[in-house]
Amino acid sequence: MTAAAVTGPGSGPGPGSGPGAGPGTGPADGNPKTSPGRSVARPGLGWTLPAVLFFGLFAIVPLVLVAVLSFTSWSGLGSPEFAGLDNWTALFHDPVMIKSLWLSVLLTGLGVLVQTPLSILLGVWAAGPQRNRAVLSAVFFVPLLLSATAVSVLWRALLDPNFGVPAQARWLFGDGNLLGSRTGAIGVLVLVSAWQFTPLHALIYQGATRAIPEVLYQAAAIDGAGTVRQFFHITLPQLRNSIITSVILMVVGGLTTFDTVLILTQGGPGSDTTITAYYMYQKAFKGFDFGAGAAIALLLVVVATVVSLAVVRISGYDKMAGTKDGL
Amino acid sequence: MNRRSVTDPRSEKSGTTTGRRDTGRRGAAGPRDTGRRATTRRRRDRPNYAAGLGVLLWLCLVALPLYVMLGASVQSRAQYGAGGPLSFPEAFSLTNYVQDFSNGFGRYFLNTMVVTASVVAIVLILVPPLAFAIVRNRGRATSRVFRLFLLGLAIPAQAVIVPMFYVISNAGLYDNLIGVILPTAAFSLPVCALILTGTMRDITDELFEAMALDGASTRRVFFQLVVPLSRSGLATVVVFSALQAWNGFLFPLVLTQSEETKVLTLGLYNFQTQYGIDIPGLLAAVVLSTLPVLLVYLFARRALVQGLMGVGGK
Repeated sequence: MTAAAVTGPGSGPGPGSGPGAGPGTGPADGNPKTSPGRSVARPGLGWTLPAVLFFGLFAIVPLVLVAVLSFTSWSGLGSPEFAGLDNWTALFHDPVMIKSLWLSVLLTGLGVLVQTPLSILLGVWAAGPQRNRAVLSAVFFVPLLLSATAVSVLWRALLDPNFGVPAQARWLFGDGNLLGSRTGAIGVLVLVSAWQFTPLHALIYQGATRAIPEVLYQAAAIDGAGTVRQFFHITLPQLRNSIITSVILMVVGGLTTFDTVLILTQGGPGSDTTITAYYMYQKAFKGFDFGAGAAIALLLVVVATVVSLAVVRISGYDKMAGTKDGL
Repeated sequence: MNRRSVTDPRSEKSGTTTGRRDTGRRGAAGPRDTGRRATTRRRRDRPNYAAGLGVLLWLCLVALPLYVMLGASVQSRAQYGAGGPLSFPEAFSLTNYVQDFSNGFGRYFLNTMVVTASVVAIVLILVPPLAFAIVRNRGRATSRVFRLFLLGLAIPAQAVIVPMFYVISNAGLYDNLIGVILPTAAFSLPVCALILTGTMRDITDELFEAMALDGASTRRVFFQLVVPLSRSGLATVVVFSALQAWNGFLFPLVLTQSEETKVLTLGLYNFQTQYGIDIPGLLAAVVLSTLPVLLVYLFARRALVQGLMGVGGK
């Protein structure tokens, strides 16, 4: 198998290479005339084998298993028993489940709305060549270094009604129990993820802004466009690809938010911040209903994939050539 | 290096659209073109007050929690209780840190280091050959392999914790650091493969041909050409996977339970649920858990930022 894979693409340009995808796709093209294609090192499929096996075992197999487990009943001990569609029917009649889906969408949407403008502005600002910007950016990116756990623990301590900032500013926070109300808890979750993730997205925009050809700005300035017009007519349209990438990252990240909810709100008050990812954890690892947990997990994957694909399709990202392998 | 391969398609694309727009504009603005040239600078020197104000606000929002964190962590509990979170620490003491260390954080620290080192090692063994084959073997099978890993990018770890628990406990690795290391490494592979293939694509064909003329074996090409020339990508891969492992929370949360296998993030969570009132101690623990990353940030910012960007960095 290895040997075949080695010679296959290598002899691709030759006559007998019907099935090989080699001839058309190889960027090494144009070489067959000038170079002895056959002797240039072509690692066989065997080189990928260790990684593929490892990844298959610890990522693909569990992904398949999650589908299988969603049709079983399993308490974590013993072995799972086939339960047909029980988990699924229960799921769709579970009010907390339905609510959690809406909450996930709400939190994700709010996250995108808050973080996108902030991170674009910050990123474009940080892309400037000024020295003070570089120094300040270094501070701005510190939240990214903290783990989600550390960030949540830190904010929880900060917002502690008795020992935190609210206790110092009663005139602003009232009784200070921000996490005690539905609006407050959702607001805190949005704030904390914005605090943590805006820098990441700002980094994306910073890189992309630096890649915008200078000529465009020169041309616009010649036409008399000011900073604001340049921003809306050059910078923003040129950032299109990055906006899509960043929004997809936010959506997937938002839908799978877990640490923040577990540490800051435990899904509360009541089930007011029990988003789907947290509900899955609760069902499986607190309620020991692993079958239901698996079903929720599968649903989560499907929703996240569908939403990402939708963003890609709607924006026409998939029709752009090259960007996919360009990573 | 990475960046170049990304910007290529984009600038190509923008090149075509702007080309069109440009010609239209140029025609209109033609006469004025010459006179204004001197003043056309991309970023003018006139200060932008609105941006300055916005940045200042954001700076406060970012810096305030960090200030509270550092300030509280060096105060005694009594002092913190009296002065509140915003007070400036009058007496500087490291008792909180010492206490955290004796309360198990030393152990957690060690565990996290073991996990991180192992994950990085696994990734470094698995990814370079994979990326080499993906880049140099143009067969259909390898492009399928690549697509498999691209697909893997879309799998959130949250989605697989239930079956992972099943697999790991059936393998007898529950509550064992190995059981944390393996899935963490597996979930770092897609991004690392992506980063490294990007780097390896930049190695020119001429170099491969030159080595082929010398009669080098594939293995020699790999070790003497590909690996040395991929150093920047490898650095990014190391930083990315190390961060993933260091900051990982979900897998340790569901796959371990005892004190002996606890990692830092889990220790923090536990500390918070058990002694949430001891805010100075808690915040000292947060600082402890972040210290190594902060140090790397200070000394190798570039590599770290690239690693942080991982998938987002494109």
